[in-house]
Amino acid sequence: MSTIFDKSKEGKNRYSIPEWDGEFYDPIPETMCRENVSMPDVGEVDVVRHYNSLSRMNFGVDTGMYPLGSCTMKHNPKINDRVAALYGFTDQHPLAGDELSQGSLEIMYELSSMLCQVTGMSAFSLMPAAGAHGELASVMIIRKYFEKKGEKRNVILIPDSAHGTNPASVMMCGFTVREVPSTSEGDVDVEELKKMVDGDVAAMMLTSPSTLGLFDRNVHVIADILHRAGALFYCDGANLNAVVGRASVSRMGFDIMHVNLHKTFSTPHGGGGPGSGPIGVVAELEPFLPVPVVERSEDGYVLSSDRPHSIGRIHSFYGNFLVMVRAYTYMRMLGAEGLREVADNAVLNANYLRVKLKQHYNLPVDRICMHEFVINDEGMPNHVTTNDIAKRLLDYGYHAPTVYFPLIIPGAMMIEPTETEDKTALDEFIEAMIAIKKESEESPQLVLDAPQTTPVKRVDAVTAARKPVLQWEE
Amino acid sequence: MSAIPDDLRYTKTHEWVRTDENDMNAECGITDHAQEMLTDIVFVELPDVDMTVNAGDQVAVVESVKAVSDVYAPVSGRIVEVNTELEDSPENVNNDPYGNGWIFKIEIKNAGELEELMDAVSYNEHVESGE
Amino acid sequence: MSFVLNTPDDVRVMLETIGVSSIDQLFLDIPEDMRLEKISGMPGRLTESQAFRHLGQLASKNNEPPSFVGAGAYNHYIPAAVDHLASRSEFYTAYTPYQAEVSQGTLTAIFEFQTMICRLTGMDIANASMYDGATSLAEAVLMSSRTSRKNKIVVSETVHPHYRQVLNTYAWANDLSILEVPTSGGVSDISGIKQALTDEVGAVVVQNPAFFGCIEDVKSCAEAAHQHGAHLIVVVTEAMSLGLLKPPGELGADIVCGEGQSFGNPIGFGGPMLGLLAAGKTFMRSMPGRLIGKTVDHDGKEAYTMTLQTREQHIRRDRATSNICTNEGLCALRAAMYLSLVGTSLQKLARLNHTAASYLMKRLTDEGYARVFDMPFFNEFVIRLDNARDIVRRMEQEGFLMGLTLEQYYPDMEDCVLMAVTECTTKTDIDNLVTTLKNTV
Repeated sequence: MSTIFDKSKEGKNRYSIPEWDGEFYDPIPETMCRENVSMPDVGEVDVVRHYNSLSRMNFGVDTGMYPLGSCTMKHNPKINDRVAALYGFTDQHPLAGDELSQGSLEIMYELSSMLCQVTGMSAFSLMPAAGAHGELASVMIIRKYFEKKGEKRNVILIPDSAHGTNPASVMMCGFTVREVPSTSEGDVDVEELKKMVDGDVAAMMLTSPSTLGLFDRNVHVIADILHRAGALFYCDGANLNAVVGRASVSRMGFDIMHVNLHKTFSTPHGGGGPGSGPIGVVAELEPFLPVPVVERSEDGYVLSSDRPHSIGRIHSFYGNFLVMVRAYTYMRMLGAEGLREVADNAVLNANYLRVKLKQHYNLPVDRICMHEFVINDEGMPNHVTTNDIAKRLLDYGYHAPTVYFPLIIPGAMMIEPTETEDKTALDEFIEAMIAIKKESEESPQLVLDAPQTTPVKRVDAVTAARKPVLQWEE
Repeated sequence: MSAIPDDLRYTKTHEWVRTDENDMNAECGITDHAQEMLTDIVFVELPDVDMTVNAGDQVAVVESVKAVSDVYAPVSGRIVEVNTELEDSPENVNNDPYGNGWIFKIEIKNAGELEELMDAVSYNEHVESGE
Repeated sequence: MSFVLNTPDDVRVMLETIGVSSIDQLFLDIPEDMRLEKISGMPGRLTESQAFRHLGQLASKNNEPPSFVGAGAYNHYIPAAVDHLASRSEFYTAYTPYQAEVSQGTLTAIFEFQTMICRLTGMDIANASMYDGATSLAEAVLMSSRTSRKNKIVVSETVHPHYRQVLNTYAWANDLSILEVPTSGGVSDISGIKQALTDEVGAVVVQNPAFFGCIEDVKSCAEAAHQHGAHLIVVVTEAMSLGLLKPPGELGADIVCGEGQSFGNPIGFGGPMLGLLAAGKTFMRSMPGRLIGKTVDHDGKEAYTMTLQTREQHIRRDRATSNICTNEGLCALRAAMYLSLVGTSLQKLARLNHTAASYLMKRLTDEGYARVFDMPFFNEFVIRLDNARDIVRRMEQEGFLMGLTLEQYYPDMEDCVLMAVTECTTKTDIDNLVTTLKNTV
């Protein structure tokens, strides 16, 4: 695991810089210059071997099944990367001007348009660079909306099952969070909600389908309660993979939502990004979208900032364009039928796993699920926890599912197979889970000491937090 | 079974209080039960010395690898001392929660508030009930 | 094209196992009035080869000629090995490295990235990336405000106009008040900043090199800020400058933020970008974003892991240092690869940027065009041309994207053009530009 710095040796670097074949003018005063810059001193061969070997310590979707609930780790089509590498896209400067950027602008306009068709929203902004960024932008829009109305509302309601980015986004926009309890089935407790909605509530954020992988059958009722109180309804669209082509998000009553291109729309996760978190709104909220927006005129596509009520700019340029290219390509290849097929198979796969695994693991909520479901470690023998099961799965060649989320289910393990696995792959996963259950009963040490076959074993997170070492030292 | 010393008083939010002879000062920390739930503590955010606090105010934060827990003032008063050893050795809270894992000392404003705290037996019941 | 794998047989057996008669039965929880029969208004489905052709056509509608535009996105040469290594699918199809045992590749590389950014900026701690330079500035200001507990910020107009717009949006959302100080002679107006500084000001923000390309007197800005107990935040939009100029940390910066796209990432019509955030040790627990730390595993083997996660949203929720989750991981990886390849040659490379830019400046001033600011610059500067907008347009037709006209951002800078030069521009390219310019005018 040594780093590139460990491989440095003085004089190895031979990276060639062109020699300047002219006069030298206007040197920068030496007082403004640094004395040296301490970068690795290695050759290309070293760099290639180093990162090559690093990559082999990583597990990606291309390595094996990655049932990470709520993240939609589906296959990343390779054609997406080929087109995103086209020179006309990679080398285009964002300030080249509308006329010279018609290709890029068309992709942005058409992608927004397709997202509107898929979700039922009136308009989309592609500017947010990630889901959380989209959430923040949405909360900003909510704030702006009430500002324009002259109403001061301070509270945003969030279910206790929500992803952490929801309350964090609310906090970054000057609102306070009020937590709404869930029922034992993971639905919003509507009776409690009614008591909490008053004139100080600006909005409610809801993940739909829920973070338990279930469709909240009361979503219409919730929308009604909020709208009658003059509040807005936001959809965290992280789980869109379950309903794309099967349900209209706008008809659920939502006013504003975000989608994750790096989840539902197949763009790669990159080991932590780049993602893209476009936001969609109903017509009434369009004026507040961040600027610039892409519009179509007679002369072609143009960037327009003529939106006096916009929340303003939230990215230095237009968002993660090369990620949009991939999502656009994916949506064009799948079309309406292909997208519907995604939801159908995602939901089918999840239910199949649910039905098979519930015979061996505790399933807190046993009903037809959407694209993911939650089991937990209740009843596991020999003190085996969700964390242990997750680590043992690594030994079996799988990436672990999401663990300890949502918070309302203790010891949760959220499994999302996605539609890009077939029954054979699912059966193999089931066998691995059954084997782990058996090991927990008969030879628990194998599970408790897992993982054993990965490049490193369980890491000492405590020392890493007590005495943080955040950069390489000699 | 977590340790619950008889001679201390406790809050519902899992702080303990040790008062000196004249009930003038209170030494405070989190209970054995609390540190068990948090697991390995990695950081303690100490309150500012001289800060005036009311009972129930959040005054400190205890962080483990996977969770963050607020620590509340059991009684009102002024923070007179904080346990700076915890800056380098946060694990003291795990290893010796009632001893050198103490977190702060308050100069008590109103000794009457001490009556509202739980004794060891009541706190034990509180823990057993699963709060 | 489809990526679903289930065969009709698979589907049949699975439905049977689940105990439903059709896939429709799995969607009954969705009320009828919300259901879709199909997505309407979508264009027809494409095969892979059709998609490739279509995207190729779109790419060719982007007609950018050789460019001298910078302004926050710079055209640098990306060594082939970066593309090659970053396209290894174990890197780019991986998720966030929550399971450290199967993510040592990503974690080690980001640890290297953090190290490189610390060295380049002269700071103690750097995070694993933010979305881009503008949002990293916004978050730097929020971080400063959290620690100082002050809500007034002084911002020099040398900071990129788009960055200031983004900062204004975040400031509005967080009830911070921004006081902008006009520039003077192409750099920050130190006396203007001093006038704006009160004890209520938590931070001063300047950019180096300034938006106009000029090199700032960061040290004086730091002194002014510190005299009033404010943080100095330095923004860097052209990361290549860090290879040559004194690191902001050495000049008194408390926080450094900005854009790392110049290191190994294509311009890509403005995204994905690579936000940088670095600060002194005191900000460690207040830092937004991911931090990768060194540790050992159960057997004592060297290992890397995400650390201090209790700052982050997935644990701290509404008390997190930020809501950021997905950042720009692959772009940071590319930067680490780039900086490893260029390595100790970085200073020479940065110097070449300046040399080429100063050659262009010489040629232009020799031809009678006015150098607007008489200040040292790195690889970007402002030149004045009569009827600049018209000339820039005509130069476009002649095959050159000459630069960025500035009056849209600074109304009193009519006829000013911001031009950037990198190591990708040769002497001949510059001579051709100047010749064409002369003929066009």
